[in-house]
Amino acid sequence: MIIYILKRLSVALPTILILIIISFLLMHSAPGGPFTSEKPLPEQVLKNINAKYGLDQPIYNQMFNYVWGIITEFDFGPSFRYKDRTVNDIIAQGFPVTLKYGTWSFILAVLFGTSLGIIAAIRQNTFLDYLAVGFSISAQVLPNFVMAPILVLIFTLYLGWLPGGGWEGGQIQFVIMPVIALSTSYLASIARLTRSSMLEVLNSNFIRTAKAKGLPQYKIVFYHALKPTLLPVISYLGPAFVGMITGSVVIDMYFSTGGIGVLFVNGALNRDYSTIMGITILVGCLTITFNLLVDILYAWIDPKIRY
Amino acid sequence: MKKILTLISACVFGSFLSTSLYAANHPVTGEKLSADQTFTYWHGDEHSSQDPQIVEDTYGANIVRDLFEGLLSQDAEGNLVPGVAESWSANDAKDVYTFNLRKNAKWSNGDPVTAYDFVYGWQRAVDPATASPYSWYMDIMSIKNGGEAINGDVPPSELGVKAIDDYTFQVELTASLPYFASMTTHGTTFPTHQATIEKYGSDWTKPENIVSNGAYVLTEHVLNERVVRERNPLYWNNADTIIEKVVTLVIPDESTGLIRYLAGELDQGPVPPGQFKKLKAEYPDQATSFPRLCNYYYTFNLSDSGIEAFQDVRVRKAMSYAIDRNVITEDILQAGQIPAYTFTPGATAGFDTPSVAFSKMTQAERDAKAVELMDAAGYGKDNPLSFTMVYNTSEGHKQIATVMSQMWKQKLGINATMENMEWKTFLDVRGKQDFEIARGAWCGDYNEASTFLDLLTTPSGYNDGKFSNAAVDQLMSEAKTLADASSNYTTIERILAAEMPVIPIYHYAGVFMLNPQLKGWPYDNVEQNWYSRNFYKVAE
Repeated sequence: MIIYILKRLSVALPTILILIIISFLLMHSAPGGPFTSEKPLPEQVLKNINAKYGLDQPIYNQMFNYVWGIITEFDFGPSFRYKDRTVNDIIAQGFPVTLKYGTWSFILAVLFGTSLGIIAAIRQNTFLDYLAVGFSISAQVLPNFVMAPILVLIFTLYLGWLPGGGWEGGQIQFVIMPVIALSTSYLASIARLTRSSMLEVLNSNFIRTAKAKGLPQYKIVFYHALKPTLLPVISYLGPAFVGMITGSVVIDMYFSTGGIGVLFVNGALNRDYSTIMGITILVGCLTITFNLLVDILYAWIDPKIRY
Repeated sequence: MKKILTLISACVFGSFLSTSLYAANHPVTGEKLSADQTFTYWHGDEHSSQDPQIVEDTYGANIVRDLFEGLLSQDAEGNLVPGVAESWSANDAKDVYTFNLRKNAKWSNGDPVTAYDFVYGWQRAVDPATASPYSWYMDIMSIKNGGEAINGDVPPSELGVKAIDDYTFQVELTASLPYFASMTTHGTTFPTHQATIEKYGSDWTKPENIVSNGAYVLTEHVLNERVVRERNPLYWNNADTIIEKVVTLVIPDESTGLIRYLAGELDQGPVPPGQFKKLKAEYPDQATSFPRLCNYYYTFNLSDSGIEAFQDVRVRKAMSYAIDRNVITEDILQAGQIPAYTFTPGATAGFDTPSVAFSKMTQAERDAKAVELMDAAGYGKDNPLSFTMVYNTSEGHKQIATVMSQMWKQKLGINATMENMEWKTFLDVRGKQDFEIARGAWCGDYNEASTFLDLLTTPSGYNDGKFSNAAVDQLMSEAKTLADASSNYTTIERILAAEMPVIPIYHYAGVFMLNPQLKGWPYDNVEQNWYSRNFYKVAE
């Protein structure tokens, strides 16, 4: 197992490096640059700005300097768009925000998603099952860019219970709506995955044996069926967790949370090279880490899997 | 017991004091002031910077005007009023300006604001190491050695600015510039605190480090969420400032912004496209529209890479005439925008909107003339003209492009293919003349017609259509030295109407929702340079 983890980690570094190179080249090949604007800058002014940000150098130099800055000083460079900030500042401020609402969304989605799936499976073809399936399909088709404004309309304008947006250091009233809007579709996916997986497990031979032995249903479900049921769910949870904690442009836009989701998209639109790179690397590292964690968890849950 | 009594009396006295303070009336109008003097308003995007010499967007400029104060400011009508400078004068040639600074102006750390701070700020703006995106502004101010310093040919210390003494600041120009003083209201010309910048480098604008000289100090800045500034007790005119706290909330989605305004979270909020009429009917005292110094147009590519048909002035005129601007302003935009027949908005100071021939016709006459011109140029429904019109991706631009292409199709048989592009790609395509006809918009940097008309001169870097007309160039160059250049601008607009290098569509209106309790908004200042220190909230 330890050898396996070390092997995976040794592949991780080159993967990140390839990610950096490809992203860097893709970004620079997009038309326009960080300082292209409706009012084009006079040539000399642009030259001064390019010199300040090192954009006057050949691209391989820029890339080398960038990677070198990260390795030696953990410096992701200055933002080209938000000129008072470095990318380190931006991530240090935005990531805790997305981490908070992402983690809560994850917890909510997993708790309610799996419970809903299990209930639907053990009460298959009953009213409860139809309700759960109906709910998860509706939640799945209701995208968060529809959900978010509806929530604001109801809870802010009509009921006046919650502020329509903002973060204020992550006080509970500012977190509720982002968490609901972000978790709903994940919750629905988890519920449907859990339901189908649970149904499959409940029809397998070892469960039939357990039933024949006269074990009560809660023991069958929680002691025998739950672990194998969660296997396909867990492989979904790794990338889902990364997706949630690295933010959502929709959540950040509608709720003005100041998270990094909106920065990523704005970074791409503004050609804010350093911000895009910083967030890409962050997402890359998190994805690699959580995929590894999922694999380890897999081996722990499923005795058939050995690395 | 004695302690408790003291505490109670302190509380009673304190509450009496605060009540009497809050129940105050406005010193000039006598209106009863609200207990809450927090002004919260909407920004659609995070601002670029709060460094006066680095900021390049309107959102950032709004914040910079609260945090810093330049030589001169603007009043509610856009007239010049003293800022840090109490008075100013120019020599007869209008190429040397002298500003006398007030002695009671202070930085937020208690240091006096002196002429040396302006010298430092202005030199910093042209210093290539600062890489100010607005350094060109110092060049168009015609300051001696401005352009040379930006190019790195002379050190910034050679810039034509000097402190004659602590409170006298003098600027030397390369040419006579009658409107020079009005250009000192721009953020790029604001003073900055040298010791702070040298101590903290690019971190100097963070709330914990910043030293500023405006009516407010920065107390909180959360990227993409909020900017908070609070009253600066050391500001020279603090006694007349009423708003205690200013909060900028960044809300990228306009519909959410409107909901939050309606829920009472904002004093000023956005009006999403197409909703002005409805909001005006529902909230007549809150939905606001007024003319802005911005234009919306389509430009022909007149360079060699453009299509041949557009070289023919008859085609250009026909296409412009066939656009029914009233349909666009009244049926699509519906928010008080003004149909445009000139490039310069009529609201621009000192600009007499010329009655160009096609603006006086009825639309039916314009349509008839368009058909006639197109026919003479050899195009018509039997021999249709085809081209691609490009615009940047946006629902609003798409609607206008659709209507324009339909008008051309119906009236002139033109086949216009619409092509939308992501913003930076669009700018790249337009800047490289890789288009046939493209959308454009321009907001004035200052309230003078040259901020628009410079765009259509041959050497202008912003002239994406590559229109070139010797008479326009000559008139513009002359205008720079004239005390009153309005006749030059009028003549240029007549030339533009005859040559039609661009199709002016409409002039912008500023639209937003404003809390009726908030008073002092400068509607008549077309540049919309507002200062929170001039606002106040009245009691409900």
